[in-house]
Amino acid sequence: MAKIQEETKKHICVHCGDDCGSHPVIWDEKPFCCNGCSTVYQILHENELCTYYDFESNPGIKIESGKYKEKFAFLDDDEIADQLYEFSEGNIRKLSFYIPSIHCSSCIWLLEHLSILNQGVIKSMVNFVKKEVSITFNSDEISIRELAELLSSIHYIPEITLDKLQEKQNEGVNKKLLYKIGIAGFCFGNIMLLSLPEYVPGHEYLEAHFKEFFGMMNFFLVLPVFFYSGSDYLLSAGKAIKHKFINIDVPISMGILMLFIQSSIEIFTQTGSGYMDSLTGLIFFLLIGKWYQNRTYQALSFERDYRSYFPVAVSKLNKGIEVSTPIEKLQKGDIILIRNQELIPADSVLIKGEAQIDYSFVTGESKPVFKESGDHIFAGGKQMGSAIELTIEKDVIQSRLTQLWNQFEGTESSSTKLNSLIDQISKYFTIAIIAIGMFAGIYWLLNDSTKALFAFTSVLIVACPCALALSAPFALGNTMRLMGRMGIYLKSSDVVEKLNSITSIVFDKTGTITQADEVKVNFHGDALSDTDKIAVKSLTRHSTHTLSSTLYEYYKSIPPETVVDYKELPSMGISGTINGRKIKLGSAKFIHEGNTETSSLNTEVYLSVDGKIKGHFALSNQYRSGLSELINGLALKYDLHVLSGDNDSEMENLKQIFPSKSIIRFNQSPNDKLEYINNLKKENKRVLMIGDGLNDAGALKTSDVGISIADDIYHFSPACDAILEASKFQQLKYFLKISRKSVLVVKLSFVLSFLYNLFGLYFAVQGVLSPIVAALLMPISSISVVAFATFTTNYIARSKETNNKSNNESVVEFAKTISSSRKPVQLN
Amino acid sequence: MSVLFVLIGASMLVAGGFLIAFLWAVKKGQYDDTYSPSVRILFDDQEKEAQKKEKEQQIEKETTKKNHKS
Repeated sequence: MAKIQEETKKHICVHCGDDCGSHPVIWDEKPFCCNGCSTVYQILHENELCTYYDFESNPGIKIESGKYKEKFAFLDDDEIADQLYEFSEGNIRKLSFYIPSIHCSSCIWLLEHLSILNQGVIKSMVNFVKKEVSITFNSDEISIRELAELLSSIHYIPEITLDKLQEKQNEGVNKKLLYKIGIAGFCFGNIMLLSLPEYVPGHEYLEAHFKEFFGMMNFFLVLPVFFYSGSDYLLSAGKAIKHKFINIDVPISMGILMLFIQSSIEIFTQTGSGYMDSLTGLIFFLLIGKWYQNRTYQALSFERDYRSYFPVAVSKLNKGIEVSTPIEKLQKGDIILIRNQELIPADSVLIKGEAQIDYSFVTGESKPVFKESGDHIFAGGKQMGSAIELTIEKDVIQSRLTQLWNQFEGTESSSTKLNSLIDQISKYFTIAIIAIGMFAGIYWLLNDSTKALFAFTSVLIVACPCALALSAPFALGNTMRLMGRMGIYLKSSDVVEKLNSITSIVFDKTGTITQADEVKVNFHGDALSDTDKIAVKSLTRHSTHTLSSTLYEYYKSIPPETVVDYKELPSMGISGTINGRKIKLGSAKFIHEGNTETSSLNTEVYLSVDGKIKGHFALSNQYRSGLSELINGLALKYDLHVLSGDNDSEMENLKQIFPSKSIIRFNQSPNDKLEYINNLKKENKRVLMIGDGLNDAGALKTSDVGISIADDIYHFSPACDAILEASKFQQLKYFLKISRKSVLVVKLSFVLSFLYNLFGLYFAVQGVLSPIVAALLMPISSISVVAFATFTTNYIARSKETNNKSNNESVVEFAKTISSSRKPVQLN
Repeated sequence: MSVLFVLIGASMLVAGGFLIAFLWAVKKGQYDDTYSPSVRILFDDQEKEAQKKEKEQQIEKETTKKNHKS
């Protein structure tokens, strides 16, 4: 048993926990999946920092591209660096880096011991929740660029974007809420204490002595709560009335105002002791609800725009000399240098080099496009391969990508708020309460005029919808938190509500229902013998081309043999001699030696042995695992659509997976997708769009709910309402189910709070609402509604979780093996 | 019964102290990150100790060298 364990252990990378494959990099008798991971281990080992591996097993993150050397060149520019400093005096500097890959306690440990790796670092401190590390360093010993490179060398690549530079975080908001809660809680506690005589029998004696004093104390204590803590509700209600609509804040503010006025009058006229405890308690609970909601999505910042995708600076060639220039300073006619994996910031013309542009950001098409000098290259493409030189044609602001993005801004405004379930209910609620109050007032005016005003105000007081206002943030907020734990991250709690009303689901094809990084390999032609397979495997081992590595991975289990006379012709193919047989692998052109006849839609790799063509490998998109089960499940409730930017080579396969009535469209541009969704909306359908990347930005934004699918949750489309972890794709229907159930929970808690209100109204309309009834009813109703909402949503999520675990055990297992990067997420 | 006035005053002072302590804690950022301090406290200072030992050894060596010289 121990032996088996050891053997399986051998194949897991010590640093990142990935599968090492059959050729692990061995260093110090430990296996690593790649040279990157082993280098990091070596750095840590040399500096005696291997405690890193004690806190968590395999805590590291694997990085795909080892190229970060030039990435931080722009930090040499003082103008940019100055914007990053939080403190700068003499040679002591302080700054914070946002590092998305912080994920466990080992990361905290290592990043806080940076000073051992470099003497220039004086102190480093991690904020885990924000995934930030703030570093104090000596600028004489280490430059900001070297610091960024140091972090990258241990696989903690800082993310520095224009976005981050431009707005310093609005962290004040959260603190302000805590201040408000603190003050409201303090006043609430003390007012309850001072109101204690009201709650116990025999208070008449105490009242005689202390009524005036207690009353005044209460009045002063309530002032900060009313004017400071509760100000948001009053202001929001004021704004709502100004714009002639009613939201939940209107009845709340009505209650708050009535409580305050009625209680103040009672205290000053010494006719009663008022309802100050209910007032402060109400605001206190409401603020806690708000805080809970804020807390649920603190770790994710959705408010990103296109700027965060663009590099901060690029290399500009000024008379042959490279100058790192901020993007906004680029002008028409400038010559820029774009290296491997860099994004093209503006529409431009290629002047030098061989461009292979990956336009997946703009079009969704993942195959690189070849360009020759003189060709136009649009902004948003990513260069794959060697460095190229470009002349900028248009300013950055006017580029196509920016246009694509800006097109959708401002189309949606306040209208979304109105649709929210809670605001709709509160409209009728407010009207009903005022009507009941008036009715009670008029009734008592006719019978006993002294009670008329009191009855009217007590109705408003007791009907104050605090339970109503609390149920939604807790039920939906908790659902959001639980869904986050299961792999779908929602932008706000409104999304849970919107998911509930979906009627149509639109899928993007590439990267959404197909996996961007997985390829299905099929061989067409004569059956391959074992020696052929060995030959293919051995040959592809020497090439770094993506197709070669795909084939190499495909024959993972076969041992390779030595290759003699290996040759690689760029964009043609590879050849070599294995066991005395001459093997050629490559494009049709390469194998047929000039006589090409087919132009297939799929990617094909031809194979020939000793000049005889054996056949070809067809590489096609791999559909996500569990797709057909998911589609079958969804097809019962929703109408399904597929929009693809690709050609229709996959038509037949899609037809098998999707039910016959669903609509499948190919060759769709981003604008076509947008139009399609708009048309669906015109037919009064509520659309859920699932896509990836920026090319779907428009469609994602126009749809009622846009879900962006991401292999790495830190790289998602900014236009979406939710991010779905790629490995959890097949659980989509459970997420939809959970959202439906949690909206039901909200409705049930509304019913519960209405029951409390009815009970309160029973006293209020009779004009006998005593402070003790109000003081008891309000907190009890609030707390019980919160408890109900939290427990039921927890229960629903848990039952769904275990349910689909048992159903999808094999699927989950598979998903685990394919999810290339590990990404434990802490969301609390 | 007038002792109640004094007691209430005293209790308000104490409670006020807690309120100020809370507001101060919020201001100083104690609630900014609620996760890392709980982990940080578990870290040993092994490296620092190792470094210290190295330094001590170096100092010892130096002093022994000096002694030799003298």
